[in-house]
Amino acid sequence: MSSEVYERIRRNPKFDELVSKRSSFAWTLTAVVLGLYFIFIMVVAFNPTLLAKPIWEGGVASIAWPIGAGLILLFWLLTGLYVRRANGEFDDINSEIIRGAIE
Amino acid sequence: MNHQWLKFGVAALALGWMGLAVAAPDVGQAQKQAINIHAIVMFFIFVAATLGITYWAAQRTKTASDYYSAGGGITGTQNGLAIAGDYMSAATLLGLTSLTYFQGFDGYIYCICFYVGWPFIMFIMAERLRNLGKFTFADITSYRLDQRKVRTVAAIGSLTVVVFYLIAQMVGAGQLIKLLFGLEYWMAVVIVGVLMVIYVTFGGMIATTWVQIIKACLLLGGGTLVMLLAFSRFGFSLETLASQAVANSKKGIALMGPGSLLADPITAVSLSLGLMFGTAGLPHILMRFFTVPNAKEARKSVFIATLCVGFFFTVVAIMGLAAITIVGTDPQYFEGGDLAGKLRGGGNMPAMHLAHAVGGNLMLGFLSAVAFATILAVVSGLALAGASAISHDLYANVIRRGQATEAEEVRVSKRSSLFLGVLAVLLGIAFEKQNVAFMVGLAFGVAASCNFPVLILSMYWKGLTTRGAIWGSIAGLVSAVLIVVLSKAVWVTVLGNKDPLFPYEQPAIFSMPIAFFFAWLGSVTDTSAQAAQEKEAFEDQYVRAQTGFGAAGAAAH
Repeated sequence: MSSEVYERIRRNPKFDELVSKRSSFAWTLTAVVLGLYFIFIMVVAFNPTLLAKPIWEGGVASIAWPIGAGLILLFWLLTGLYVRRANGEFDDINSEIIRGAIE
Repeated sequence: MNHQWLKFGVAALALGWMGLAVAAPDVGQAQKQAINIHAIVMFFIFVAATLGITYWAAQRTKTASDYYSAGGGITGTQNGLAIAGDYMSAATLLGLTSLTYFQGFDGYIYCICFYVGWPFIMFIMAERLRNLGKFTFADITSYRLDQRKVRTVAAIGSLTVVVFYLIAQMVGAGQLIKLLFGLEYWMAVVIVGVLMVIYVTFGGMIATTWVQIIKACLLLGGGTLVMLLAFSRFGFSLETLASQAVANSKKGIALMGPGSLLADPITAVSLSLGLMFGTAGLPHILMRFFTVPNAKEARKSVFIATLCVGFFFTVVAIMGLAAITIVGTDPQYFEGGDLAGKLRGGGNMPAMHLAHAVGGNLMLGFLSAVAFATILAVVSGLALAGASAISHDLYANVIRRGQATEAEEVRVSKRSSLFLGVLAVLLGIAFEKQNVAFMVGLAFGVAASCNFPVLILSMYWKGLTTRGAIWGSIAGLVSAVLIVVLSKAVWVTVLGNKDPLFPYEQPAIFSMPIAFFFAWLGSVTDTSAQAAQEKEAFEDQYVRAQTGFGAAGAAAH
């Protein structure tokens, strides 16, 4: 019974639209996060002195701290970006598909 | 003799037995006792409040769904706080502050490694977890595969993670409480065990979630307050904070950049893989995705959790840096007042000493109580995840082949949580003198290598078959455990051998590819009729994963 509904959802072109839009958005964001993160880890592992540079000329506080905090903040903002689109635009398409399939 | 009775009185109070007054402070340890009273009173308030919540939750826990997943009735924001609570253990507060105190920026690198799993969970896993799961993550891995076989290995993976993690928490609780409250080690372990069993058995997921939410708020609030008080001494200037830390630390300017902690690239990458994907394979975290009504709320909860965790890690890093100057130059925090010597109470104490330095005994008492509450909340989440693996996966679906009634299943789960409580207390006492630092690493390693690969493949790869899932799980479990046992952390430090048989302590970079490889190999060589059916069933699963149609919904209350 529900398998029939799944079949109907599957045939709806909107389903493909939803999946491709949402997946490409999610994977793009993942690539950004993983890319930046592994660049960061590689710098830590292979060129640590790069991060130890002072922020201000003649100062002590290094750029490592704001870079670290910036990564944390940026990653959080990206999750917010995803929630915004997924809970709005994508979920609207989603409920439309489900409505169409159970009628 | 008198001292013993004082301790018993304190234990009784903490357990919630009214009417036993706390005896007068012992003169020899006057300062320590004064600290203890604040901590114990505040901890007692926490326990009383959470027991009240447990009573309330017990009234509302009627069905299996209420018990395992709070009836799907937790909101995204509440669940986000609870997830953050599950993730921020006492080890986060004490260990990461201490790491920054001793190692500087290396501590913050560690924080970032711990953190980065969250965006990943959001983009790749959150909605599928919610749309496919019901009570445990094995609901997802076994969705189209052989229920009994796949649930058995998933339960073994869950229980391994839960037991290692529980031992680490129990030993940590015992040591910490011995230090902060002046209780005997075994008493602390028993108190944690008893309260954990009460929360989980009577209040199920509803009580566990609310204990976790309260604790998350206390931890965030307490940490932020200490951080602000400490940071104000440097005029909220990063440059002042950093330059004084550099001037007052033995490490000097090395504090400001990546140091020796992650000097070896293989260890660095392996650690970060293990922390990142381990987070996505921890059974008590995964269970939280089933407590919200739909994928929308699941996403919101990860958003809130990510904010809390990221914020808290930054707070902890600032606390560590501030402690270098505030704690590190004050002889009262050193054994024998010797600034070159050891910190009083051991290397994990900078956070606690900092609380005392900026807020006196009251702040120290508050933060101690929060640390105890944190351990309690985390072990409760672990115990519920372990008990669910036993009752929902092993008992209801493997032994009874899905024929058990809800009431029977919940009864088994309650007994299992009692069993896990007793086991945790016994293991906690048995491991008192052991160095258990490797156990959290082991728990993450197993979660990343045994649980995560099969979970992600079952959601994303049509070709995964039962045989592949089992091969993958077992290969991941065995290789992760073996690598840790043969590495320095266990082979040399615990077992007392001279040289490690395996050069790296972090298993993930080796054990995760092994798990994925065997899951792939087991699947592609599986030409049975059952395997063909399993691949065909992916279509329906895929539609449900994407749309949430047919997903377990919120129970009406």
